[in-house]
Amino acid sequence: MPSFVIAEKCDGCKGGDKTACMYICPNDLMVLDTTAMKAYNQEPDQCWECFSCVKICPTQAIEVRGYSDFVPLGSSVMPMMGTEDVMWTCKFRNGLIKRFKFPIRTTPEGQANAYLNLKGKDLNSGLLSTEEADGRVLPTPKI
Amino acid sequence: MALPNKPLGETKAVKDPAVEEREVDILIVGGGMAACGTAFEVKKWAPDAKVLLCDKAAMERSGAVAQGLSAINTYVGKNSPEDYVKMVRNDLMGLVREDLIFDLGCHVDDSVHLFEEWGLPIWKKSAEGKTLDGKKGLTMGSLKKGAEPVRTGKWQIMINGESYKRIVAEAAKLALGTENIIERCFIVELLLDANKPNQVAGAVGFSVRENKVYIIKCKTMMVACGGAVNIYMPRSVGEGKGRAWYPIWNAGSTYTMCMKVGAELSMMENRFTPARFKDGYGPVGAWFLLFKAKTLNGLGEDFASSDAAKAELKKYAPYGTAAVTPTCLRNHLMLFEMKAGRGPIMMDTVTALANLGKTMSKQELKHLESEAWEDFLDMTCGQANLWCAQDCEPEKKNSEVMPTEPYLLGSHSGCCGMWVSGPDFDWVPAAYKWGDGGKVYNRMTTVVGLFTSGDGVGCSGHKFSSGSHAEGRMVAKEMAKFVRDHADFKPAIKQSAAELVDLVYKPVRTYLDNCNYTTAVDINPNYVKPSGMALRLMKATHEYGAGTATFYQTSSKNLEIIMGLLATMREDCEKLGAGDLHELMRAWEIYHRIWTVEAHLRHIQFRKETRYPGFYYQADYPGQDDKNWFCFVNSKYDPAKKEWSVFKKDYIKIIP
Repeated sequence: MPSFVIAEKCDGCKGGDKTACMYICPNDLMVLDTTAMKAYNQEPDQCWECFSCVKICPTQAIEVRGYSDFVPLGSSVMPMMGTEDVMWTCKFRNGLIKRFKFPIRTTPEGQANAYLNLKGKDLNSGLLSTEEADGRVLPTPKI
Repeated sequence: MALPNKPLGETKAVKDPAVEEREVDILIVGGGMAACGTAFEVKKWAPDAKVLLCDKAAMERSGAVAQGLSAINTYVGKNSPEDYVKMVRNDLMGLVREDLIFDLGCHVDDSVHLFEEWGLPIWKKSAEGKTLDGKKGLTMGSLKKGAEPVRTGKWQIMINGESYKRIVAEAAKLALGTENIIERCFIVELLLDANKPNQVAGAVGFSVRENKVYIIKCKTMMVACGGAVNIYMPRSVGEGKGRAWYPIWNAGSTYTMCMKVGAELSMMENRFTPARFKDGYGPVGAWFLLFKAKTLNGLGEDFASSDAAKAELKKYAPYGTAAVTPTCLRNHLMLFEMKAGRGPIMMDTVTALANLGKTMSKQELKHLESEAWEDFLDMTCGQANLWCAQDCEPEKKNSEVMPTEPYLLGSHSGCCGMWVSGPDFDWVPAAYKWGDGGKVYNRMTTVVGLFTSGDGVGCSGHKFSSGSHAEGRMVAKEMAKFVRDHADFKPAIKQSAAELVDLVYKPVRTYLDNCNYTTAVDINPNYVKPSGMALRLMKATHEYGAGTATFYQTSSKNLEIIMGLLATMREDCEKLGAGDLHELMRAWEIYHRIWTVEAHLRHIQFRKETRYPGFYYQADYPGQDDKNWFCFVNSKYDPAKKEWSVFKKDYIKIIP
């Protein structure tokens, strides 16, 4: 299900510090044609349909069209990312539409506790840093 | 389409790239779950060490969890680590490293607790035993404080995991510092120390974004860049090639880079061919476990419960007769039906949802439907689209299930990888412990200073996302120890910078030297493009290496033929051509894949039995032969002599 870029909607992330889809694609597929200032998928048959580019695109210019090998035309699946939830719109070939909303995270973005001040004490023990801080004792297998 | 004599990509490659040399204490190769675990943990134990992480992609969405996940498959909770070992051992037909699995089982929950603290929504049971999603479930408190997760099986817990990787990567990046991370840097070869034999001293790679080669010296490193995908002809061969079950960008780099410096491999014959919804490769776990669906053969029979199936499973006792049938044998039963002409295999979603609906309110049913769709949308969006395109509503229409093409991995229901040291505890057998200078280093390969985790660790499957993260953290601590103990070690690289640039940029130089000879850039007698080589590998494995073409069957003669084909492929890899940086990445990926496949097939060739029916069949040696083959198969490539050796290694039972 390769991703595709709608020419009219893509602005090449002109105003941004990076081309969002190019930054995120785990398989290095999305590239910016710097003359046209439009992004495109350079290798559609290597697309994992992970939707990372669709989800990150600031202008909702990227969608996916099912792999021509086996997906009939006419359907679409589109995510709308919020800060706490994702809203999916699933359109069937026969026109039926289903919408789903699922939580994506329970904390504000950027504030994951990285335990920056936690220092491990006993480098020789088998305990991980947070386990050591919790005073955990490792079990020995019953043999 | 490429114009004549113009490379396809936007970032053209040049003959002489810039060179950036670095020297660090600890190098982390990879950016997936395991590497994120290492990044989170490492500074807690080595606050003053210089650490560098290189990821081929962007950590926010790299690795196997890029798309998200709908469940965490390993959370021990109230179970015991002993039971975890027994589950993994049975699923992998008896041959596993129990020390590694027990050790992992002791730490995995700590990572899950961190994920929840960082913001991953985890489903909870309400006081009345009802299911709450990860947001509503917050009222029940955290898992760490004793809240009850929603279990689908004994080990799995349900999550709202669309942003799972983003959350885990966020903590990793904060902990390590973005100044210590290079994204879009593809490490392609490891380098041995010039003075100390069998000790790793660095790595070399390149940027996929600019013409630059990185030469990095280090005291110790961890290589964790996933398993191997697109090594066998996929069931869909056009655009659908991309619809691999495991992440398509996993190119066997972990195994190839480590084996090429002499790290011992173990159980490379083991593979995973998951049975998934046909073509879309959506997960079936929730359908079996959460919705209690059954699979039917083409005649509408519940074949897995039949007397014939039970008789077949008895042949593989005690594994086949255990309460939970091993994954390979579940495939085996499916293939048994298909080969007998009783296919296709259908997931009976209609009956399952109707049965659940009998005791549910309308609102609960609506919620159930939403859960079924979320299972796809959180981790295999394309399967949701396939259902939409087929006008398939699971309560009205059943869906076909099919075993996929084979994959190599060490963290899911497979166990190939490196032979690594276990932890330094009294209960761990001496043969499972090693290190350097009289000290044991947990998860160190047989090359001094070289560690791995996640898909890279052999004989220890069923870690999944959470276990890989925990294992990465364990390795962080061991590398900190290694650096402490090797304060005087000064890594030295044998090769000159010019030699290394020539090695990494060889496909570019081959291309530039020859591309003007013909009028069509992809057809040239002096080089082969990576896309062509990829198909050559997949055709060979498909036909001779127990791919889907032969219902996963091979034989001694077939293996002999493919070994010849692989040898010429490795020779022809000297003539890979790449005109742009994206293509250079592809060139190195196919090179890594070919080496990994060779290791896989050498192991299959050596093990003269069929240990994993349903995953592959060695037709000359059908059935399991415990008398001769109840042991690990290990192999080693000698980088100095350029020779392989394959040999048996004793299995030692620890947990009764």
